[in-house]
Amino acid sequence: MGGRFERMKFKILIVEDSKASRELIAATVESISGLEAIATSSGFEALKLLPRHRFDLIITDINMPDINGLELINFVKKNPNYRDTPLFVVTTEGREKDRDRGLALGAAEYLIKPFSPRSLEGLVRRYLKLA
Amino acid sequence: MNQAGKALAEFVAEGTEILEALGKDLLVLDQQRGTDPDPELVNGIFRAAHSLKGLSALFGQERIAKLAHQSEDLLDRLRLGKLSLDDRVLDTLIESLDVFQALLVETSREESSDALSGRVTELGSRLANLGVVSAAVDEDPLERLELDAQVRAVFTEYEEHRLRENVRRGVALYRIRAAFDLSDFDTGLAELNSRLKPLGEVVSTLPSSEPGGASGIAFDLIFGAKVPDAELEAKLQGTPAQLFPLGVRPATPGAQVPAAPVSVAQSVAQVVRPSTPAEAPAAPRKARKKRAPKGSGAEPAGSTGKAPALRAVEPASPEKPTREEMAPRGESPLRSEMAGPPVRTLTDEPVASRGPRMENESARSLTQTVRVDISRLDALMNTVGELLLIKANLQRMVESARQQEGSVTLSHKMWGQELARETRQLERKLDALQQGLLEARMVPVGQVFDRLARLVRRIARDAGKEIDFVIGGGDVELDKLIVEELSDPLMHIIRNAIDHGAESPEVRQAAGKSRRARVSLRAEQKGNHVVIEVSDDGAGIDEVGVRDMALRKGLITEAQAREMSRRELLNLIFLPGFSTARSVSELSGRGVGLDVVKNNIGNLSGIIDVWSERGRGTAFHLTLPVTLAIIRALVVGVSGRTYAVPLNSVLEILSVKPSEIRTVERREVLDVRGTTLPLMRLARQFGHPERQNDRHFVVVAGLAQERLGIAVDELQGQQDIVVKSLGGRLQGVRGISGAADLANRRTVLVLDVGALLEEGMSLERRHA
Repeated sequence: MGGRFERMKFKILIVEDSKASRELIAATVESISGLEAIATSSGFEALKLLPRHRFDLIITDINMPDINGLELINFVKKNPNYRDTPLFVVTTEGREKDRDRGLALGAAEYLIKPFSPRSLEGLVRRYLKLA
Repeated sequence: MNQAGKALAEFVAEGTEILEALGKDLLVLDQQRGTDPDPELVNGIFRAAHSLKGLSALFGQERIAKLAHQSEDLLDRLRLGKLSLDDRVLDTLIESLDVFQALLVETSREESSDALSGRVTELGSRLANLGVVSAAVDEDPLERLELDAQVRAVFTEYEEHRLRENVRRGVALYRIRAAFDLSDFDTGLAELNSRLKPLGEVVSTLPSSEPGGASGIAFDLIFGAKVPDAELEAKLQGTPAQLFPLGVRPATPGAQVPAAPVSVAQSVAQVVRPSTPAEAPAAPRKARKKRAPKGSGAEPAGSTGKAPALRAVEPASPEKPTREEMAPRGESPLRSEMAGPPVRTLTDEPVASRGPRMENESARSLTQTVRVDISRLDALMNTVGELLLIKANLQRMVESARQQEGSVTLSHKMWGQELARETRQLERKLDALQQGLLEARMVPVGQVFDRLARLVRRIARDAGKEIDFVIGGGDVELDKLIVEELSDPLMHIIRNAIDHGAESPEVRQAAGKSRRARVSLRAEQKGNHVVIEVSDDGAGIDEVGVRDMALRKGLITEAQAREMSRRELLNLIFLPGFSTARSVSELSGRGVGLDVVKNNIGNLSGIIDVWSERGRGTAFHLTLPVTLAIIRALVVGVSGRTYAVPLNSVLEILSVKPSEIRTVERREVLDVRGTTLPLMRLARQFGHPERQNDRHFVVVAGLAQERLGIAVDELQGQQDIVVKSLGGRLQGVRGISGAADLANRRTVLVLDVGALLEEGMSLERRHA
């Protein structure tokens, strides 16, 4: 707008129904300058958000009450508008089957809860090609 | 509050919320003992444990996080069918809930006792070791389901398990395709889901990757139906849903999986019938499936776990050993390690390990937070907006009044009219604001009912009684403060009902009653009041015994006893120092009697009443105001002093000549339309010098069935007051419930009508 140059912000979609976890991920993402986190607790909400923004990265939980994370991954990866967006799955220890399915469906990376904010930050920086 | 304190309060509030949800679901599961657990319920409990783990890990609450993690693990095995839900598992889960609550109590006090930590460790290891049942499945029934591998790839392990269960039970499966507009697909889906829920199980909801038009989105619901095809189709008429049956290939050549949908009407007893030797050993699964397709017939341990639990609230029922004999070889080794009858797991625990729980046992909430419906806050915001408009109008009027100096464009009269209109508006809006704030303080009384229900289960167990606890009217709303203050008195009355009211199953049977006693807790709104009833169908109160006890303890005289009606005799149980319990049992004991209950209710401006019939049962009625915060009061004058009487207990006001007052048995009474009304002179009651009036105003006050005329000198009008409790020396003054500020900055005392009523009814006449 007003002639002043503004760098485009990276937008990250976070889909996670556990409030604690969602806030932790959002806080970690936003601690990186130039990143904006859009977080939701519901897979349905995520389906609505997808066409409204251009996301640079999606981080999703697997076990959620409405649609599961795998279904979301499948939806994203099958849709030509979103399929190039990198996607991380967040899972819990002991749910390797779900994690493997996520990776098979096209997720780029996985995180096992509880994970350290540092490791998440590292992954985010790598995929967004930030220093 | 400092930062750390704030974080702690937030943690406790959220933790409480999760535990409340968890407790509610566990209660349902407990009530459904003996039937197949609802998979959605188990999944919900799993999710609650999962959230608790995440929350406590985030706030660094390690003890809770660890236990939540262990509970979650157990629940995960349960929902994936790797473990069956038997009494032992359920008891341990309920025990974990208790420990979580105790942990939260300690956390909120910033304590950490070794006793509780020890209990966490002990319980944790039990959770981890609870019977691991490996269901050796020879073939995966999912292989027989004709479902696109691509679709299967997006199922979570849990969804896959649910699907497998449905196939195994021969449930008819469908793919339901429905397309919606992208903007409101969630409401459309919710509507579809609510139609489908009663008809079966929605295993998964898949957003279709096929584009559903420019602004549309399509979903595939994988659905296991428990109703016939035709009915499902009929119920989906008028929805955008299309039905595609999913084919299932037969399990083995020749053996047909029942294609017909499961009958929901199948009796529980049939469903959970354990395997018997009569069954053909060659094909036990098929044989069982045909007869009881709803039971998870595949694993022998699955059915044994459920079979004994048909009516398993009673821990020491005589059938239990027989049930153990019935348990076939597949039983987990843990059970055989236990000495003694297997079902008494919970009550047989060493007493020491239960210590910390009993002390903290209360149904009180730990949090001061009130959740407010956003629509209520919106309404408040609207009102505030309207108030701002009025303020703007008033400002405009002030401006025009200033500019008018000299010139006369607006008459004083017009100006006055306009001001009056704005004042009226202001008053209306302030009323609305006040009303809105009152509503924001309201919470459903069910919050405390649910917590009580959990305690009831344990009390019944400890007392060896079989109890059906029935709750009604949980959605009736009361001020948060009242709801919290109610929990202890209600707990006490319910304990009494179980301990003294309900007879043992044997005694009940001998009296021709059902073995299980019924204790019910109901709330009902009646105008400005809420009536809460605690009733039981037990032995009832023996009023003769009550009278004798009161005589023995010197609470009443022989002469008084002779004059008392049955109702009055029953009400003696509320006197301080009265207790019918032969011994101070752990249940009702604790040195607190019904007099304390009565006081607590009185402090809430409520009144308690008892009804009882020998052999039929007992009922306590608690009549409470809906809110304490702001009340409308009648302002009265006595001997030059001013008092406020809560208007919700004023029935009418009479003007009485001194000659109309009669004295009956040394009590002053009035005849009002044929009935006799006891009269109390407020001046005399509070020891003020009495004025000679040629006319008295008599405020007729009533709560529940009690009526009393309170004679005062003058009436000064009505006003909204905020009652503040009295501290220090005035706290114990009988007949005063608090103080309030009047508009002209005068402070007045507020009458405690409940206490005055009692005083008026009491037998000992102070002024003989």
